[in-house]
Amino acid sequence: MKKVFLSLLVIGTFLFYALHQKSESSAIQAVPVAPQGSSSSNPPPQTPTSSTAGGSGQTTQPAPATSASSSQYKNGTYTGSVADAFYGNVQVQAVITNGRLSDIQFLQYPTDPGHTSEVSSIALPILKQEAIQNQSAQVDAVSGASDTSQAFQQSLQVALQKAQ
Amino acid sequence: MKDTRLIMGMPVTVEILDEGNVKKDIEDIFSFFVAIDNRFSTYKKDSEISAINAGKILLKDASLEMQEVFALSEQTKQQTNGYFDIKKNKTYDPSGLVKGWAIFNASQKLLSKGYKNFYVEIGGDIQVSGKKQGEKWKIGIRNPFDRERIIKTICLEAQGIATSGTYIRGQHIYNPFKNTKEITDIVSLTVIGPNIYEADRFATAAFSMGKKGIEFIAGLEGFEGYMIDADGIATFTTGFETYVC
Repeated sequence: MKKVFLSLLVIGTFLFYALHQKSESSAIQAVPVAPQGSSSSNPPPQTPTSSTAGGSGQTTQPAPATSASSSQYKNGTYTGSVADAFYGNVQVQAVITNGRLSDIQFLQYPTDPGHTSEVSSIALPILKQEAIQNQSAQVDAVSGASDTSQAFQQSLQVALQKAQ
Repeated sequence: MKDTRLIMGMPVTVEILDEGNVKKDIEDIFSFFVAIDNRFSTYKKDSEISAINAGKILLKDASLEMQEVFALSEQTKQQTNGYFDIKKNKTYDPSGLVKGWAIFNASQKLLSKGYKNFYVEIGGDIQVSGKKQGEKWKIGIRNPFDRERIIKTICLEAQGIATSGTYIRGQHIYNPFKNTKEITDIVSLTVIGPNIYEADRFATAAFSMGKKGIEFIAGLEGFEGYMIDADGIATFTTGFETYVC
């Protein structure tokens, strides 16, 4: 009887511990991955490894429209918080050079075997970043979101109906 | 020989470099696309998909093509954890999958006729086969902020490449889990896949995931992706670089 009680106690303690761990781990999430410096919330950025007061050295501007105010970041290496990334957690380290994002390293990446047959385990879990730049190469075809498309067709139909 | 038509409201191009009854075979591909448009266009009141949405036809009584597209849509929905969904506001719109499916079937027709070197494109989604003058096909990725420019050149031999985006047509892809919120943080997502059907459906689904979309693509074996956000910063899978010319 004593043995049964003891083993129940051990199992109970383990279960409590496991559940506690689970709730703790699920509490860290939903913080944006983006190293956009703006978020003031938890884990504070690591101290910059190299801090040569930035901003003066203007690099090539890719000038990709829309963003009027491209915020200047402080030079250094910053660790992002753990973020929920669809099928696992992601944590990145961002490198800022000359006030611009120059590199991103992944400290954590989902390695959980896929939920579906299509989502397989990842051999080289790395994403890269760059600023887009126009090219002048000769190409055979161009891939892009469909332009004229059905919205165009619909609009044209309406116009033609009015023209009748 | 190369020819372009306006079908489904989009420029459709077929180029075949081999010998054969090319003119007629290209014409057959255009007719095939017109038939698909007549069946699947939600803008056409007399299309089969419109009849299904109006409750005039049950899926079980629909054409085999329609049943196949619905089955493929359901499969894709499961493979993307619900992000790909043709049902919105009680109506079905399978256009996120039909285009790639149609291009894929067209290329299969050309292959079965013995052609080896060609490409088929509908509105920026492309299937290539073989080579052009001994070199791989060179496909540009359009600058989402300037439609006259390209920002990357990709060399392909037997793959499909599809781009989903918010530019030009305005925002037209919705996250099914946030029904009211349109996707704003990314503007373009290009996916290279084993064929255009695979590339197109996963490009559509991944785009609706927002910034997580590129991670989804990174987790798919045989797929590469190039995502551009509203600030003109691209995030891409490392394998993507192997396709850059």
